[in-house]
Amino acid sequence: MTPINGLTIAVPRGALFDGTVDLLASLGLDTQELRANDRKLLFEDIGVITMRPTDVPTYVEAGAADLGVTGKDVLLEQAAQRSAEGGRDVYELLDLGFGRCTMVLASKAGPDPAHEALRRLGVMRVATKYPRIAARHLEETGRQAEIVEVKGSVELAPLTGLVEAIVDLTATGTTLRENNLVVREEIVVCTARLIANPVAHKLKAAAIDELLARLRELPATARGRGAPDPV
Amino acid sequence: MIHPIPSGTRDVLPDETREVRAITDILRGVFERHGYGEVYTPALEYESVLARADMAEAKPAYRVFDESGQVLVLRSDMTVPIARVVATRYASSEPPLRFCYFAHCYRGVRPQRGQPRELLQAGIELIGAPAPQGTVEALTVLCHALDATGLKDYRIGLGDASLFPALMASLRVPEEIRAGLLEQLVLRDFVGLERALAESGLSDDAAELLLEVPQRRGGPEVLTDTPAQAQEAVTGLRRVHELLEPAVAERVIFDLGLVRNIGYYTGAVFDVYDPALGAPIGGGGRYDELVGRFGRSLPAVGFALGVDRLHIALAGEERGTGALLAGTAHGLPT
Repeated sequence: MTPINGLTIAVPRGALFDGTVDLLASLGLDTQELRANDRKLLFEDIGVITMRPTDVPTYVEAGAADLGVTGKDVLLEQAAQRSAEGGRDVYELLDLGFGRCTMVLASKAGPDPAHEALRRLGVMRVATKYPRIAARHLEETGRQAEIVEVKGSVELAPLTGLVEAIVDLTATGTTLRENNLVVREEIVVCTARLIANPVAHKLKAAAIDELLARLRELPATARGRGAPDPV
Repeated sequence: MIHPIPSGTRDVLPDETREVRAITDILRGVFERHGYGEVYTPALEYESVLARADMAEAKPAYRVFDESGQVLVLRSDMTVPIARVVATRYASSEPPLRFCYFAHCYRGVRPQRGQPRELLQAGIELIGAPAPQGTVEALTVLCHALDATGLKDYRIGLGDASLFPALMASLRVPEEIRAGLLEQLVLRDFVGLERALAESGLSDDAAELLLEVPQRRGGPEVLTDTPAQAQEAVTGLRRVHELLEPAVAERVIFDLGLVRNIGYYTGAVFDVYDPALGAPIGGGGRYDELVGRFGRSLPAVGFALGVDRLHIALAGEERGTGALLAGTAHGLPT
């Protein structure tokens, strides 16, 4: 078994893993071992390396992988605060459609505590794993906020009075509902994206374009493409 | 005891210095042989003087006040200072003028990204030589210099900064959305570009062209059957290609989507790629209006190489490892 067009691809473990592997399989890659062995990181014979989704842009930017799959949320979070500064130095080539989630601002059900805090204290406290997306959204909507970065279970923060609101990614909203939180604002819809190293994009142009053409020809369902997103 | 230095800066010790010096000596020899005299300019300049250039992303990042309250900046590149030198010190000299430099430049960094705050650049500026001959000379010097260092697998990506704006103008893209579309291209976001085009109200044919043309890259075949709207820039690239000596022409990858986030580039632009490194080693292009902003209107072209990046690429090629070299071993179709 050989890599697709000789390309090395960074594949995210976690929520986007199955969608990505299905995609690679539909391109003809033998993904049996990739599915079976979740401890192995490097699958040299098929040109696949696996890692956390947040690490994918890092490996692709450095050229350790030619291509990668990661969520738009990761790309947005790692982009610069202002667009003129540029984000990660990678090409964003294709919206793969699967892994669809929404970045939302949520707070406890009932009268919005964030609203109350803004009115009386002039600032709302917001817990998130996405401090830059949260800061940018609140800046753009003209609200002063104190961003509290947490690493896990963001839902806990407003329930314990640490903050008045959270910014987090939600697919179905179940976790939010179970924790008595309601969505107040939808910030951005995020799906899986195909990214490329800028040097590989030039030096391996034919290989990458051929792969892109095949991806574009896959039936919409295989790419999981839903309605166009507002991002 | 720890006495830190700022992130993105470093001390260079004798072993590394010897290797870097060997590279810069080779480059200097090639530049001098082609008639490019070396210049030094101050690392500190008046902000008000450098601000005459449209630096966009490469704007100077470090400012200090001098004893009389004037704002000084640390230079972020050498092209703008040399444009100043030409307009002031060579105000009536017969062009073309040829300069080379080996100089540290200073850039702002984003944290945790390993970006250099201080970087050593080696480059040339050719002032008063219009396209295509001037561009051809710069590319020729570039390849001779890289060949002399022993770098083997490098390629030159060649495009034109005016191509996408010209394409937008001839397709009658409304003025108010042009900057937004160009920004998607500068950000390398083709998904974002596709979205922006879908929302632009342009005809499907126009949107398709604006999405597809900047993704064209490869050999000279890229320059054939290009849409009429991009003809001017493509004709310019074809002229350059025709005048290149074969060894240089073989290195060129045409890239119709190559754009710059430095505002002063006007025509041909180019980047240097090597499979041993995940980022360009250097780049350059035409800046036909920059010198004029300092008072002497002359067409110009130049390039800068990141000496540290060139050093890493040379070391990577030597080891046969490096960022993208692994992929080439798999019998890659080109």
